[in-house]
Amino acid sequence: MIEIGLGHYLSLGAIIFFLGVIGIFLNRKNVIVILMSIELILLAVNINLISFSIFSGDIVGQIFTMLILTVAAAEAAIGLAIIVVYYRNRGSIRVEDIHGMKG
Amino acid sequence: MIAHSIFFYFFSIIAIFSSLMVITSRSTINSVFFLILDFISVGCLFIMVGAEFLGMILLIVYVGAVAVLFLFVVMMLNVAEQKQSWFIGKKSTHIPTGLIVSVLILLELLVVVGGWKYKDNVMSSSTLLLSETSNTHQLGLVMYTEYILYFQLAGIVLLLSMIGAILLTFRERIGVKKQSYIKQISRNPSTAVELKEVKSNEGVKIDD
Repeated sequence: MIEIGLGHYLSLGAIIFFLGVIGIFLNRKNVIVILMSIELILLAVNINLISFSIFSGDIVGQIFTMLILTVAAAEAAIGLAIIVVYYRNRGSIRVEDIHGMKG
Repeated sequence: MIAHSIFFYFFSIIAIFSSLMVITSRSTINSVFFLILDFISVGCLFIMVGAEFLGMILLIVYVGAVAVLFLFVVMMLNVAEQKQSWFIGKKSTHIPTGLIVSVLILLELLVVVGGWKYKDNVMSSSTLLLSETSNTHQLGLVMYTEYILYFQLAGIVLLLSMIGAILLTFRERIGVKKQSYIKQISRNPSTAVELKEVKSNEGVKIDD
C-alpha cells in the first residue's frame, strides 16, 4: 500500500478510463462533454503507456505517448470545429436533439 | 518513499475526483475547469514518476491549448442555459446498459492489473533508458533517429487537422468588402480611366 508500484498507476489509468467511458454512455447534456470524455480516455491511455515505459525501462512508450498527444489535439480541434458548424446550422448541440440519422 | 506515496495518492485522488466532476457537473464550463484540473494533476504525476518532458508537454499542450480551445467553444456557443439532466426527464433505456458495460470494463481492467506479473529481463532493446542522461535527451535520441517517420507523420496529422478545422468553420460573409490583388494588378488605364471633354458651364456627370 505504501510502496507505489506499477499496479497503482495502472489502477489510476483504469479508473480514469472507466470514468471517461461512463461519461460517454450516460451523457444527456451536450456533445462537448462527450469530447471531454474522449480526452479523459486518451489521458488514461497515456498514463498506462508512461507507467509501463518507466517501470520497464524502455523509452518507446513515451514516444507513443507523444504521438497520442498529437492525435488527441488534432481530434479535439476537428471535433470542436464540427460542433461549431453543427451549432451554426441547427442551433442546438444537445445529445437528444441530434437524431438526424435516426431515419 | 513515504513522500512519493503521499504525493501519488494526493495527485491521483485529485485526478479521479476531477474526472468524476467532468462528467457529472451541471454546467459545461465547470466541466472544462475540472478537465484542466485533471490535466494538471496527471501532469504532476508524470513529472513525479520520471517523465518530465511529457509532463511539461501535457501542461503546455493540454492546459494551454486544448482546454482553452474547449473554453472558447463553450463560451462561443452559449450552452450555459443547457443544464445537465442526468436521470430526470424522459425515460431512456441506454442508461442501465451503459452503466453495466462501463462497470464491466472497469472490473476487467482491475482484474488484469491485479493478476499481472512483471517478468524480469525480457527486454533487450536499443531504446532502453540510460540513467545518466536526462529524460528529454533520451527522448530526443530515440525520437529523431528511430522514430523519425512517426514524428513526421504526427506533423502531417497536425497540418491536416488545421486545414480541416479551417475548412469546416470557414464561411463566406456577404456584404464585406475585401481586397483582391488580382483585380488590382490586372487593371489597365484603358478600362480604369475615362477621358471626357468638359464643356463650359456644364460639369461632368459621374456614375452613369
